Amino acid sequence: MKILREGRGEILQPPDINAFREWNRKKSKSLVDKRMSEAEAVGRFVHNGDFIGTELYGTVRCPMSIVNEIVRQDIKGLRLVGQGVYDSDILLAAGLVKEMDFTYIGLELYGISHVIRREIDAGRVEKIVEWSNGALVWRFKAAAMGVPFIPVRSMLGTDTFEYSAAKLVECPFTGDPIALAPALILDVGIIHVHRADMYGNCQIDGITGFAYEMSRASKTLIVSAEEIIPTEQIRRQPDRTIIPYYLVDAVVHAPFGSHPGEMCYLYERDEGHIQLWAEVSKEPDTTKAYLDKYIYNLKDHREYLELIGEERLRELREMVPKTR
Amino acid sequence: MSQPTYNSTEMLICTASRLMTDNSTAFIGTGIPMLAASLAQKMHAPNLTTIFEFGGMGAILDDLPVAVGGRRTFHRALSALGILDVIEAAGRGFIEYGFIGGAQIDPYGNLNSTVIGDFYKPKVRLPGSGGGNDVGSHCWQTIAIMRHDRRRFIEKVDFITTPGYLTGPGAREATGLPPGTGPYRVVTNLALLGFHPESKRMMLLATQPGVSVEEVLENTGFELLLADQVVENPPPSEEELRILREEVDRERFYI
Repeated sequence: MKILREGRGEILQPPDINAFREWNRKKSKSLVDKRMSEAEAVGRFVHNGDFIGTELYGTVRCPMSIVNEIVRQDIKGLRLVGQGVYDSDILLAAGLVKEMDFTYIGLELYGISHVIRREIDAGRVEKIVEWSNGALVWRFKAAAMGVPFIPVRSMLGTDTFEYSAAKLVECPFTGDPIALAPALILDVGIIHVHRADMYGNCQIDGITGFAYEMSRASKTLIVSAEEIIPTEQIRRQPDRTIIPYYLVDAVVHAPFGSHPGEMCYLYERDEGHIQLWAEVSKEPDTTKAYLDKYIYNLKDHREYLELIGEERLRELREMVPKTR
Repeated sequence: MSQPTYNSTEMLICTASRLMTDNSTAFIGTGIPMLAASLAQKMHAPNLTTIFEFGGMGAILDDLPVAVGGRRTFHRALSALGILDVIEAAGRGFIEYGFIGGAQIDPYGNLNSTVIGDFYKPKVRLPGSGGGNDVGSHCWQTIAIMRHDRRRFIEKVDFITTPGYLTGPGAREATGLPPGTGPYRVVTNLALLGFHPESKRMMLLATQPGVSVEEVLENTGFELLLADQVVENPPPSEEELRILREEVDRERFYI
């Protein structure tokens, strides 16, 4: 196949599909109880320098209890696949991110991320490789398919392509140019779901974003769930299982695990808290004070929820429309 | 009849809304496009199928979504799947309109939402492509919604995040993008713009009410073509304003 052009971005995570297969072969297929705390899940499965991904869209289903624990355990030199609002901002603000496969970091309604700019200026974020959302989810899909790359018709002709690690080739069937994007295999994927059983079979309500593809592109998968349900409930509706147990390494019970983000049908986004972050993250000292108050000075997610307060959590629950 | 008063954001929303046709599919980005789609559904396009990036298709926009992934993007929708379903629908040619924004735009409709200044030493690091590049690559007709000034409408954008007509006629097809796709309209607080069918350069079609052609040209940092007849957009009707204020953006997030 003739290569017509190459993006100048580095491949941060090599698409070694054969190693991925070997890894998956060795993963336990037993139905064993994988429930554990955030501290244990992060301590056992997230390592300095790992390539990680948090699955979410905006502030929906963001796995904050796990992200906060990564910050608390100060796991450094992380490489991050970047599509995030608050979660990736928190990891960046804690100075833990070294390299990124980047598509979107911002605060949506509240504008650009102040943290990413500071981290780039300070030299802590050393490499940024550009992609589109489509390119990233197709890269996960390639890993999920067990192939090293996937042809995509996004990014063509743009600087998004130039600063990516994609290649432009001549299609061997049509002769037209087309981009090839390398499979993206995560060391650790982190996904927050509505319900999981103790083995890791997961159900998600509402739209599913990147969950299907990312869960299948992760060597290690940490799942946090609003509710732990009996396996019998999974077996009654197997069509609802979006992530089957064998993909999962840790199951963390995390009610309000997405706060200040939202979980559809359960609780709304804490708009005031997101606004607070948008404000304090403008300056380094107020950013640090925030991280102290909401992460470093707290032992775990339970203490975090105590700090947010039962009353506020109840309000967020009650803001969900009653009729579906 | 007394003239209704309105602000430029309301005019922008109405202009975008009028471009949304009934019984079509439209990829809706964050912000103004959401308001425009909601207004269109309540005015003239009840069967506009809204498509949100993270999986919602055919939502009824009773409440204003504040984010592309929030529950309102699949409120009473026809399907709630994932991002891949939506982007692949665009890839197969199912999505007619794509509404997007950007910090900078050039005469060929190329958009920058990645970086101001040098990529490695940015003056401003913007949010990035997100789904913008995918929308601009795969939807049949893309509609950009922008504030209109000389810093945003410039001869050469600092970074092409999302493809317009790239370097001109034939450039999209030559790089492998689907034939027949590309920028269709640019909606601003000052004007409605299109693209010349041959040269693919941006062309002034209509001014917003009370805005002169000169004012549009002064606020555009490149040579703008003029349509044979530049018309003036009608102002928001009383009905549009009422729906916008009382139904679409009750919480006044945007207007």
